[in-house]
Amino acid sequence: MSVLVVVECDGGEVKKSSLEVASYGSQVAQMLGTTATAVAVGEATEANLAKLGEQGITKVLHDAEPRLKDFVNGAYTKLIAAAAQKEDAKVIVLANSNIGASVGSRLSIRLQASIATNVVELPKTDGGSFTVKRGAFSGKAFADVKLDGDRKIIAVKKNSIEALHEAGKTAQVEAFSAQLTDADFADAPKQVVMQDQAGGILLPEADKVVSGGRGMKGPENWGLIEDLAKALGAATACSKPVSDVDWRPHHEHVGQTGITVSPNLYIACGISGAIQHLAGVNSSKVIVVINKDPEAPFFKAADYGIVGDVFDVLPKLTQAVKELN
Amino acid sequence: MKFLVCISNVPDTTTKITFTPDNKEFNKAGVQFVINPWDEYALTRAIELKEAQGGGTVTVLNVGEADTEPNIRKALAIGADDAIRVNAHPKDAFFVAQQIASIAKDGGYDVILMGKESIDYNGFQVHGMVGELLGVPTVAPAMKLDMSGNTATLEREIEGGKEIVEVNTPFVASCQQPMCEPRIPNMRGIMTARTKPLKVVEPTADAARTEVAAFALPPQKQGVKLIPAENAGELIKLLRNEAKVI
Repeated sequence: MSVLVVVECDGGEVKKSSLEVASYGSQVAQMLGTTATAVAVGEATEANLAKLGEQGITKVLHDAEPRLKDFVNGAYTKLIAAAAQKEDAKVIVLANSNIGASVGSRLSIRLQASIATNVVELPKTDGGSFTVKRGAFSGKAFADVKLDGDRKIIAVKKNSIEALHEAGKTAQVEAFSAQLTDADFADAPKQVVMQDQAGGILLPEADKVVSGGRGMKGPENWGLIEDLAKALGAATACSKPVSDVDWRPHHEHVGQTGITVSPNLYIACGISGAIQHLAGVNSSKVIVVINKDPEAPFFKAADYGIVGDVFDVLPKLTQAVKELN
Repeated sequence: MKFLVCISNVPDTTTKITFTPDNKEFNKAGVQFVINPWDEYALTRAIELKEAQGGGTVTVLNVGEADTEPNIRKALAIGADDAIRVNAHPKDAFFVAQQIASIAKDGGYDVILMGKESIDYNGFQVHGMVGELLGVPTVAPAMKLDMSGNTATLEREIEGGKEIVEVNTPFVASCQQPMCEPRIPNMRGIMTARTKPLKVVEPTADAARTEVAAFALPPQKQGVKLIPAENAGELIKLLRNEAKVI
């Protein structure tokens, strides 16, 4: 028996969220008195996979099939199921990403496992039961969920687990073949289109976010948001009304029906803080609100606030960050 | 072409979330329920595709008790042709997926659509479970869906971009914006919805694999520390030295 961790890789590197997933998995393995094995999907170098030892991973299974570079639901599911069988995995840990949710939900049927997504803490295993805490009601609440059966799948929410870094430890990388055939790649993408990453920081992976609302008055003023984001090394985001009127692209919309983010720092500029927006951001560690209306509801959910004109305040903040650096 | 659209009944997006005293259940008292906003994309897109094809049917499916019927009628008023309600409390994603798969199999549906996730449970699991139970492809989350004959072209959102995917019917897709502009019912739709068929069936399987032990609300914030606007740069120092996030 073991714990199996699914690590997503891109451009040869293990994604940051997967370092958290690996750390989660190795800690679960320790709780259960076993070891954690990783299986890699996406494009990964052996050297980077070996470094997963720093997150407590003992062994990494690596299928060198080149078509695994892009996400293919059928092939990924079969690969992970084969790895789970080989390792006799009782717990499988993945990222709560679009890939993790797509594959995890199929695996739960194939492996007859119970599953919890959006998980934010390590499990509790007292008295033979296995309980995880997960986000529910779009960030407005948490649920302790009991997972039944002797196989469990856990999808871990980004930025909710601190990644371990035990310098110098390496994992053994082992060639592994799931005997994938053409049929497993039937739903392979015809084309992959990546967003233009002007600032270089992707919103779902970002640990700092600068976000703008209707108070920014128009798309022509977004330079102020981008300047601060660039100085901080943050991603940019927006509220729903802003993406609804096409000031900003839909993939920047943060909120109940957009992306849920949980960065270390979320700076809201000219966003009043409707309950639907708060749902998408309230698991951020530190929230800063800049709004000229002192009655804006967002101030109640904030750690720091500035009552003032965003057009005035934003350049000052950008300047202060530059001076600090 | 036969479309099956799965909808769930969720608290309105403005709801303040509270729980029963034992923290085991969501407190429904005084709460307005709506069609899950993500499911509205699935519903409207199915109706648009049916209209474009000049034929076919859109069936709405909900797993829920009788109190979900007003929102099932709303879906019929928006333009679905008929509805099925599986008369059961939706225990967990696996429980719901089994009901959907059973109905999809019996009804011979070509396209099975649902929202990305429900805004109450946020599981984002049912699509894949149904696909796996039926042995058909799943595309999740889909931002665009076009049909040409039996082939669908979809855009799937991935972190940092999108994939263009082609699948043949039957398939399952979970939908999100900007797939379409969700429709609202008009008066004629509301009138005709009253007489459209709504079939109530009993669940075919009873198994669930998870159970909520307790709900909890997020910890309250300590209160906001205000920095005067003329001294805005001070904030950056606090973020570095006090909050230690930059």
